[in-house]
Amino acid sequence: MNGFKGSDVVSIRDISKERIERILDLSEKMIPYANGQKFTKALEGHILANLFFEPSTRTRLSFESAMVRLGGRAIEITYPAMASVAKGETLADTIRMVESYSDVIVLRHPHEGSARLAAHFSSKPVINAGDGAGQHPTQTLLDLFTIRREKGKIEGMHIVMVGDLKYGRTAHSLAEALSLFGAELTFVAPQNLQMPKETVKEVEKLGNKPKLISKIEDVIPKADVLYVTRIQRERFPDPSEYLKVASSYRIDKNLLREAKKDLIVMHPLPRIDEIAPEVDSTPHARYFQQAFNGVPVRMALLLLVLGAEANEGF
Amino acid sequence: MKDFRVTPIRNGTVIDHIDCGMALKVLRIIGVTGENVRSTVSVLMHVPSKKAGWKDVVKVEDRELDPKEVDKIALISPRATINIIRDFNVAEKYKVKLPELVRGIVRCGNPSCITNLAEPVESEFTVESQNPSVLRCIYCDRILEDISEHII
Repeated sequence: MNGFKGSDVVSIRDISKERIERILDLSEKMIPYANGQKFTKALEGHILANLFFEPSTRTRLSFESAMVRLGGRAIEITYPAMASVAKGETLADTIRMVESYSDVIVLRHPHEGSARLAAHFSSKPVINAGDGAGQHPTQTLLDLFTIRREKGKIEGMHIVMVGDLKYGRTAHSLAEALSLFGAELTFVAPQNLQMPKETVKEVEKLGNKPKLISKIEDVIPKADVLYVTRIQRERFPDPSEYLKVASSYRIDKNLLREAKKDLIVMHPLPRIDEIAPEVDSTPHARYFQQAFNGVPVRMALLLLVLGAEANEGF
Repeated sequence: MKDFRVTPIRNGTVIDHIDCGMALKVLRIIGVTGENVRSTVSVLMHVPSKKAGWKDVVKVEDRELDPKEVDKIALISPRATINIIRDFNVAEKYKVKLPELVRGIVRCGNPSCITNLAEPVESEFTVESQNPSVLRCIYCDRILEDISEHII
């Protein structure tokens, strides 16, 4: 009984709550394999194609690491060495070529909808590793996993999302997914970067009543999870305005003085200066753990889409 | 004012109850651009309607619309009705209705959507609402704004 085998992972919206829970359960079991305490050859003989049309460090490496930890191999074409693409090959053709060399395709592409298109042309499962300003479902999964693992559950947790909530679509997907799991949500952002109405509506449809505020200090004492995203300089025509906003949302030790003892601070990384380095050594910091969690979550996903989770009795 | 100042047609199509102001867009959809007209086309704009105050009407003689054209009309004028006239009689009459999936008749308004690149795919949208028409691109997940400007 799988049902997962052969599935594409394009958008978190395509995955039911039950399936997400199954991914998170299996991710939990993958931890000792992901950190090298145990070994498995569950995906021996399988090939993952990493197809990155945009530079990426974490996502590409963690997929490769996940595949190798499972006994499989990863091949890759990475920007800018995309020879045939530079000659004007369509994505559809690239995908049809790559699927004949591999068992699963991981795609990062600058254009929205590219993963859906790839899934349309590939008979092998396609995993979206970010399509422009579109979806990045494995990031959402590893965020959910991190919260569940660190806090024991997602339901009822007060999650404060802060930063650029308007343009970061991964923030939108995460907000929707967290609502699905019954978290309490507060969105903290300057007015021009606040969560879009459409997402707030979706979140409300799922039975949540999110709070939208602009001052971070007010909400720190009540937060269980602080999810920080980067505020991009290019969103502000005036550089001094950017500096003002960026500094008012900067997370440092002083701001965390009022925080609950077990508050965790997350960030999808890379961070620039939205979290002060002094926070790294506090018990609140979880962003590096979060980055590590990308490996067990992606291992679980690979096992499921390749129908191999039962191979070694996981 | 029952008489529309335009005589009944023998054979062809009457597109009735077009949203007021949309007649010229309907003409564009059915390919009436001026030079290519081989039979009589009558356009009535801003005429009284029992149902919705004011409406536009387009009559095209000697031509029956194909389903793709009807879908496009549904996009910009969801209350329109199509009357197929044969020998002065209404042979068929139906309301336009959007299919659940709209394929290949509008392009995505998101310039960064993969369907706007030279890829071998037709655009495809799920219809989230019929009236007013709300379309969501199945590729980039965006809601299409200003539908009439994106009709192919």
